[in-house]
Amino acid sequence: MVERELVIVGGGPAGMAAAITADENGVKDILLLERDQYLGGILNQCIHPGFGLDYFNEVLTGPEYADRFIKKIKNIPEIEISLKTFAVKLTQDKIITYIKPGTMESIKAKAVIMATGCRERTREMVHVAGTRPSGVYSAGLAQKLINIEGLLPGKKIVIVGSGDIGLIMARRFVLEGAKVEAVIEVEKQPSGLVRNVVQCLEDFDIPLFCGHRVSGIFGQDRVEKVCVVQVDDMLNDLPETCFEINCDTVLFSVGLIQENELIEMAGVKINKKTNTTDVPGMFVCGNAFKIYDLADTVTEDSSIAGIQAAEYLERLI
Amino acid sequence: MNKKIICIECPQGCDLMLDIQDGKLVSVIGNKCAKGEAYAAAEIQNPMRILTSTVLAENMSFKMVPVKTSKPIPKAKIKEAMKAIKKIRLNRIVLIGDVIAENLLGLEVNLIATRDC
Repeated sequence: MVERELVIVGGGPAGMAAAITADENGVKDILLLERDQYLGGILNQCIHPGFGLDYFNEVLTGPEYADRFIKKIKNIPEIEISLKTFAVKLTQDKIITYIKPGTMESIKAKAVIMATGCRERTREMVHVAGTRPSGVYSAGLAQKLINIEGLLPGKKIVIVGSGDIGLIMARRFVLEGAKVEAVIEVEKQPSGLVRNVVQCLEDFDIPLFCGHRVSGIFGQDRVEKVCVVQVDDMLNDLPETCFEINCDTVLFSVGLIQENELIEMAGVKINKKTNTTDVPGMFVCGNAFKIYDLADTVTEDSSIAGIQAAEYLERLI
Repeated sequence: MNKKIICIECPQGCDLMLDIQDGKLVSVIGNKCAKGEAYAAAEIQNPMRILTSTVLAENMSFKMVPVKTSKPIPKAKIKEAMKAIKKIRLNRIVLIGDVIAENLLGLEVNLIATRDC
């Protein structure tokens, strides 16, 4: 079996930052696995500004922020990039199995950094009653459809949850000519950054209902309406407050969960404080480690994982 | 007159209290940096926003090219700017920072690509 010094799974902001700092700290054999056909991860579909203020002290869009790291990585010969490469198994011996077009391979790594990111919580996870029509999307999927695929998923939108992706998509839908009927947030305060409430909702007069929840989604083939109900301090429905909103599309922006199946399948435990795990030489960073608000913080923290991996490898010699 | 707004220059989102006399900004409190003052002044006179969107590419490996205005444009012009952006068709390879449309709506702002496509 081929043996590599450091294998990093995931080519988003976390994996790229870890790769660059590992190289800067003396690791000279790095393999970076990315399942998509380009590096950058979720940044590629985050075309809005707001990235880079902390790290570069300037305002960048997601693709621009990613580009800084992509260009840097491509100029580092010690980092081998393997695109369209999907890791399917990880063991405690640090053997990684991955598929890429036409082949499945296993390699043994001396050190591993898992930077596999996160995914969105779904309708099923927040228990919304009603029928199962088409037109229900997670906010990030709608973002990909509009910004990457050039497809508009609907024209009358209700957004469930006020996470940052949901707020940003509210503005994006309006810019693309759709009408956003409402954003519905069960908590008393919006969960996204205040700047997104201001520049995505208030700028476009989009109504925000805090302390409300969508109690049902209805439609025969396509979404036709949602029922909205106010909740009390214990988050119990106040049935007399129920009202309906006609719409053809519902977006869910109700939080993110770490994508750590490979680590869990390997029986590895993440040390929640330090980017390390109970397997020496195996590290976790970025949204796979914890859910971040800002890509800049992901970069800073993931750089530490790169340094930790470098220090581990140095001790092995 | 006092007015409360939230600064959107950075993710901190400072609560600003503005003192406005005769439509002019007299003082700002609550900002943690100088950007807050400039933001407050612009919000009173002429709110400005960077606009980001996508441009349709034809016969290229990417279907959509992400773009942004090189500088903030008046908030009131966003709708019109989107109309102009939607009319653009790209059929050449672009690099990050390339000008896609010059002097958008005569606002002395260029539309630039934000990704190598």
